Amino acid sequence: MFTNIIVKIGQKFIHMIESIGRIVLFFLIGAMNVFLLPFQFKKVLDQIWFIGTKSIFVVALTGIFTGMVIGLQGYYSLVKFGSEAALGSAVSLTLIRELGPVFTAIMITARAGSAMAAEIGVMRISEQIDALNTMHINPVRFLFTPRIIAAIISFPLLTALFDVIGILGGYISGSIMLGINRYVYMDTVIKSVRVSDIAGGFYKAFAFSIIVTTLCCYRGYYTHFFNGFGARGVSLSTTNAVVQSCVLILISDYIITLFLV
Amino acid sequence: MTAPLIQFVDVTKSFGTLNVLKGLNLSIFKGETLAVIGKSGTGKSVLLKHIIGLIQPDSGKILIEGHPLHRLPIEKIKSFQKQLSYMFQENALFDFLNIYDNIALPLAENSNFPKAQIKDKVFTRMNQMGLIDIEDKFPAQLSGGMRKRVALARALVTDPTIVLFDEPTTGLDPVRKKNVHLMIQEYQEKLGFTAVIVSHDIPEIFNVAQRIAMLDEGIIMFEGTKKGILESHSNILNAFVRGENF
Repeated sequence: MFTNIIVKIGQKFIHMIESIGRIVLFFLIGAMNVFLLPFQFKKVLDQIWFIGTKSIFVVALTGIFTGMVIGLQGYYSLVKFGSEAALGSAVSLTLIRELGPVFTAIMITARAGSAMAAEIGVMRISEQIDALNTMHINPVRFLFTPRIIAAIISFPLLTALFDVIGILGGYISGSIMLGINRYVYMDTVIKSVRVSDIAGGFYKAFAFSIIVTTLCCYRGYYTHFFNGFGARGVSLSTTNAVVQSCVLILISDYIITLFLV
Repeated sequence: MTAPLIQFVDVTKSFGTLNVLKGLNLSIFKGETLAVIGKSGTGKSVLLKHIIGLIQPDSGKILIEGHPLHRLPIEKIKSFQKQLSYMFQENALFDFLNIYDNIALPLAENSNFPKAQIKDKVFTRMNQMGLIDIEDKFPAQLSGGMRKRVALARALVTDPTIVLFDEPTTGLDPVRKKNVHLMIQEYQEKLGFTAVIVSHDIPEIFNVAQRIAMLDEGIIMFEGTKKGILESHSNILNAFVRGENF
């Protein structure tokens, strides 16, 4: 009985180590291909369109409401201490340091990450990835490399958009709805945000872009390893990709913050 | 008879506890059309995937012109694999690429041909397959028969010397089936490639292939000509050809 438990834990541990090894190799092969010619310019542009441009609306929508909620909550907390003038500072720093990169990454995971996992998963079960192999085309280079380049470009830009629109949301609830002087709000935003805060947000966005793209593409690519060949396999891969990406975003956010503060 | 181009020697392959190939021996000769027949799930596609290198045998050898494939230098393996082309059972066309890009893909990704030459080659194959004015469409917009022809055009666009067809007529009506068979026959004669066709189209495939191999229980239980099948006394072979249980 006790031995069985140890064996099962051991098996799980070995399985986990193997998975981590496969993910790292998958990422390294994709990353190395970034530097190999010919550069896949058109494919990268297509992916920027899909991951970046098509996510603008959802990122902007979440950004404005997140900013408005922080503005609202922040106002009622700060007003107790007579510090409502610091609302601009509270909203901007919360967004730029933490919520901007994290919420943007989660929204992109939900919109584009799930699609990546599902699309590549379907390609696996319908033998399209085998077809690439038979045509002597490196499937990781063909499918993953353009996506990771596009994500590294798109994530920080969308994070910046989220931050700016979030600060605008804070302005709407703080100044327009609750009456804080608009010059005071903007002045505290400008004075409190330092370049290191913005850079920290971008470091996070960069890290999240790698995590989300690698995990979602990996899950789709190895659909048959975990869940077999079939529609159910693809749906499970997609679910796992999204859940694991979101969890890893939050864990890595904490780790990066530890180094930044 | 000349030495086989590809030879399977005692090849075994298992997936978990399922033994698919159990000591398979088969010879494929240069320039011939070989049909591989057998019940579903007997490992015909697995056999093809061994040739293209998607699957490695557990034991036994695959010889290429007499040399064991696994002992060949990597350059020679690559050069052999570049002569191969594979037409998948479900076509394996890329949904996100239009028909032109699907057919051009192996050339665009692997060759140093100028764009104009790639275009020329693609349109030549498209015209040969009767794929007129559909270059901007996507696979989902085509009928099953059209998609098959696109897959065939893609398989032939690199001018391969060995083409592997995995049930190329699955899901087609009898007329389209006949057309695909005629197309394979015509291009095999015209281009002279070696063709290996996995097929359930009996007896039609006997008119396309020069030799037939029957796979059963993980081994080749018959290898010969159409005449050999008709004269065979094997109960299993005769029952299979007649579509009876055995």
